[in-house]
Amino acid sequence: MNSATLLGLCAAALVGLGLFGLLIHSEPIRKILAFNILGGGVFIFFGVVARRGAAAGFDGDPVPQALVITGIVVAFAATALALALVLRLSQMSGKPISGTPASPERREGAGERC
Amino acid sequence: MLVAEALTDASHARGFLLVLAIVLPVAGVLLAVVLGGRYAERIALALLPIGLGVSVAIFSDVWEEGKALTYVLGGWEPPLGVRLRADGVAVVMLVTTAIVISCTVLFASADFSTPHDQKEARRPLAFWTLLLAVWAALNTVFLAGDLFNTYVALELLTFAAVPLVCLDGRAETLQAALRYLVFALAGSALYLLGTALLYGAYGTLDIGLLAERVRSEPSTWTAIALMTAGLLAKTALFPLHLWLPPAHAGAPAAASAVLSALVVKGSFFVIVRIWFDVMPGLSTEVAGQLLGSLGAAAILFGSVLALRQTRLKMLIAYSTVAQIGYLFLMFPLLIGSAAAGTWGNVAWTGGWLQLVSHAFAKASMFMAAGLIAEALGHDRIAGLGGIGMALPTTVVAFGLGGLSLMGLPPSGGFQAKWLLLTAATAEGQWWWALIILTGGLLAAGYVFSVLTHAFSKADGVMALLTPISWRREAVVLALALCALFLGLLPLRPLDMLLIGRSNPWGVPLQ
Repeated sequence: MNSATLLGLCAAALVGLGLFGLLIHSEPIRKILAFNILGGGVFIFFGVVARRGAAAGFDGDPVPQALVITGIVVAFAATALALALVLRLSQMSGKPISGTPASPERREGAGERC
Repeated sequence: MLVAEALTDASHARGFLLVLAIVLPVAGVLLAVVLGGRYAERIALALLPIGLGVSVAIFSDVWEEGKALTYVLGGWEPPLGVRLRADGVAVVMLVTTAIVISCTVLFASADFSTPHDQKEARRPLAFWTLLLAVWAALNTVFLAGDLFNTYVALELLTFAAVPLVCLDGRAETLQAALRYLVFALAGSALYLLGTALLYGAYGTLDIGLLAERVRSEPSTWTAIALMTAGLLAKTALFPLHLWLPPAHAGAPAAASAVLSALVVKGSFFVIVRIWFDVMPGLSTEVAGQLLGSLGAAAILFGSVLALRQTRLKMLIAYSTVAQIGYLFLMFPLLIGSAAAGTWGNVAWTGGWLQLVSHAFAKASMFMAAGLIAEALGHDRIAGLGGIGMALPTTVVAFGLGGLSLMGLPPSGGFQAKWLLLTAATAEGQWWWALIILTGGLLAAGYVFSVLTHAFSKADGVMALLTPISWRREAVVLALALCALFLGLLPLRPLDMLLIGRSNPWGVPLQ
């Protein structure tokens, strides 16, 4: 088994875990975490594609790496937006974000977005 | 080298228009953020005629030339570079978007203005920048020539649309926005995984090059299945529609209009690109029938649930779920038409006409509902009595939009549904014809139930909370008339929809 195959299997496992988490969890914060795991799997898969050098038979193909940077930035921005929404919601309802109660400092700076 | 590039660009001398269509609204967003809320509205108003003009110029160029307009960014040809391409359907979508956004800006300037004697607030600034951002993202979706740019554009669209949902900041709209975001993010992750698979298999993401290279093999099927599933979540096709009704019903009226009329169509547009541009000829009848059945289920469930709603905006939102279903009837009809000959063109035209007429009709209906809610202070359907006398123009506009949803002549919706129906019967796929007819009856049910309440007598004395300006009523009526007059278009301009398509309906490649 070479490194590309190993990474590919890791990517598949992460994507599977992420999708599973997205489907079974109802708490938003867990869904966001699951999305990040899913995203991580997708990004690693881009690395695998680059390693295989599909485009021109190079040792490594730079294009997927350029693509994955964009993907990571987008996922980061998406996570920030989702967290801002979650924080604002918990601020308004007074309910904790997850099973544990939200600390007061966390409530202070929360949810400037909407 | 430079001379040679200049020559290749010369063949598309007006290609810069495509760049303008994307850059103008983006510049508007940036300027609005820098200058603040008071100027954001003026920037949006100033961009309207320019943006509309650019869209119409692109339309007329493609119309006159009869072929797609392309622009190669920086002179780098694909697969290395990025190409913008406006074919027939893209320019139709550009113009539709420009018209709906223009009407929205005119409608919303009363809701989101900042008078001289007031301090700037965050809400107007957010609305105007997000509206321009939606415009920029949609234009990019329509013009993108490769699947990765499409991904970025779809993400921009999501990021602009989600905050529009929770502009009010109430807890239930925040909840709706979060749910929308989670669906959209799951969808975009799946889409991105699909593009990685396609890139790994074929070494390009340019739509034109992929269409030449793509083969029928497991990696392609997996990629297409992942991308389609992801995009269905963003388009809110049944059974992935759960996020749509609360999100679209909770947003301010002007935002609901844009979300329902345009934003869900952006991801639908990409599904069509993938199925009929990236892999023409590879889609199987089973896959087409599957998408069609989901569409049929959406029509039935959406309409029945719309009938059961007690609030006007929820009713309109569920009707969007149903009307999206019609769009997916295109797939079995186009794929099945490979054997049936020219009926594919009829189904194609019907599908796109449905999309455009629904965009106009639904924007008009959401704005009408917004005016009614403003006048009455609520949008309970049972309490609408007397509003037909108080706001006749608005209620008539709602009814005219409703004609399009039901598919009654002479509306655009009638022509769309008639074309789909004809194609279905001609291809021997009569079961879709039954669905179309049932959907029309159910739509008649929910539109007439609203109109009956609206034209009944008021319970007590009818008092409007605020006067409604005739300008806003005129905007609502203008959109409804757009939907109506689409049905009177002679069919020849609809050839426009076929420009830039070589092997349209995937006649099998063997």
